[in-house]
Amino acid sequence: MSSIIEVNNLSKQFKEIKAVDGLSFSVETGDVYGFLGQNGAGKSTTIRMLLTLVKPTTGEIHIFGKNLFAHRKEILKEVGAVIEKPDLYKYLSAFDNLAIFAKLSGIRPERDVLMKKLELVGLANRAKSKVKTFSQGMKQRLGIAVALVHNPKLIILDEPTNGLDPQGIADMRNLVLHLSKDLGKTVLVSSHLLSEIELVANRIIIIDRGKKVVEGTAAELLDPSKTIVQVETLDNVAAKINLLSSPWAAALLQSEGPIRLQMNKADIPTLTNDLVGFGTAVLSIHPRHSLEDYFLSLTTPNQHVEPIAN
Amino acid sequence: MWNLLQIELFKIFRKPRTYLAFAIIAAFILLIQLGLLVNGKDWMKFMMGSLDESMDIEYSKLINGYAVCYFVLNLLLVHVPILVALVAGDIVSGEASMGTLRLLAAKPVSRTQIILAKYFATAAYVFALLLWIAIISLVISLAVFGVNDLVVAKEKYYLQIESTDVLWRYFSAFGFAFIAMMVVAAISLLLSTLSENSIGPIVATVGIIIVCTLVSEMEIPIYQKYIKPYLFTTYMLGWKGFFYIGADADNQTIKGSVENLPAILKSIAALLGYMVLLVSASVFVFRKKDILS
Repeated sequence: MSSIIEVNNLSKQFKEIKAVDGLSFSVETGDVYGFLGQNGAGKSTTIRMLLTLVKPTTGEIHIFGKNLFAHRKEILKEVGAVIEKPDLYKYLSAFDNLAIFAKLSGIRPERDVLMKKLELVGLANRAKSKVKTFSQGMKQRLGIAVALVHNPKLIILDEPTNGLDPQGIADMRNLVLHLSKDLGKTVLVSSHLLSEIELVANRIIIIDRGKKVVEGTAAELLDPSKTIVQVETLDNVAAKINLLSSPWAAALLQSEGPIRLQMNKADIPTLTNDLVGFGTAVLSIHPRHSLEDYFLSLTTPNQHVEPIAN
Repeated sequence: MWNLLQIELFKIFRKPRTYLAFAIIAAFILLIQLGLLVNGKDWMKFMMGSLDESMDIEYSKLINGYAVCYFVLNLLLVHVPILVALVAGDIVSGEASMGTLRLLAAKPVSRTQIILAKYFATAAYVFALLLWIAIISLVISLAVFGVNDLVVAKEKYYLQIESTDVLWRYFSAFGFAFIAMMVVAAISLLLSTLSENSIGPIVATVGIIIVCTLVSEMEIPIYQKYIKPYLFTTYMLGWKGFFYIGADADNQTIKGSVENLPAILKSIAALLGYMVLLVSASVFVFRKKDILS
């Protein structure tokens, strides 16, 4: 498979804040690529750089194998995006909004084509209604229609489920799957709702404070051999010293609070025995299962973890 | 570019706020016309004051379509910049606050084209606004008050322009006003690129015009010498020059002439210079801008 997006060492500094810090990742053709991070992690800034709304401080972006800023127009013709809230011209109708963005994307806004896009998002019967009369969910769907109006190869959805009710979230999930599986589109979708990303993405990146924490397939990230195990003891400092001088040192993750290890879930009994062998009073051993737990373990403030040994 | 311009025009003329200016102008001019229709002669007597003695023209002839239009323009062209700022100040920042700027800027069009299309669309709005003023103040005034010579007061004397020599002066004055208003639009555009809400650029444009006009009008030597020549407001009232008819050595007015054409041309050149400078600055700012709205 070939890369549709290649991001290398991307950084963005806003005065004293480094929003994105040396980020590298790639999105392959046909991927539904989940872009995960908590609020303020740098997801939207990265997406805005992918859409040329924000200029990187350093780093390079290649889309469709071409430098984004050197071939901006050519690339953006093949990209559709919903950026955060789907804000559109409130005083215009859904149809007029769609026609405007079709023209801006370089296509003739033919009535049939536009109506088909509105049908796709379930708004054909509201084509003539002004956007100011729409609910948040309807605006979000119209935003998707705007992103798809020129039939782009790459679709970027920034927090598309924000403000949607459970039915709206389910509809959005189905739409993303439809775009990928039935229409063969490559989709980059950002969210802080990991449960949603888990259900649609085949590849996932987790970023925190502008940096990549982990990237891989959902299967890899949920691999039992890479389970994060949290251990609580009466004396965590002593227990860490003992673990560092044992074969467990390679699995130990740097953490200010509880002891954390990245290890095979099947090895938990051995770990328990070893800890008891060190004379450690074990209070609890907690393996984290879901991607969400994994994500939280990696990105929760004050619980930031980095491997001690690589 | 043509596509973008069409879209910008569509957006401007589908926005209800756009028509507010047209409604305000119509109400304002019609009120003046009604007032002059009812009490025009008394008002004219009051206005002419000491010049009254030297007048050899009937009051009934002084209140004619051209005179009413001239009066309206004197009153209105001070306020039209506010109406221009209402649209131009909103043109980028309004999209930023609405959240559509990011969608627009993520499309395969250059940022320079976006700004230029917005400026040209504003030009169409300004043109429509001035055309509206021309229709209501000139066409309706001529229909209601009739055609006669235009008498224009200048300092301590007055100038009488034959009725057949007036119309081209109005066309020229409206052309000049268009350039002046486009400078106002350019100021608003620049402020609009710097802001993420509409109110700031609109208020700031009006504030700049008020301050610059006051400084231009102040008879303080240091201001007159070092500041006034560089203020755009100094040149904005140059349209009046088209109504200051030229005269020969015997003090007889010369049909088709203006008293000081070089001054008018200098004003036009200065305004065009400001326009180019301000629009270039807008393009520069917008191209560099990180769109975070």
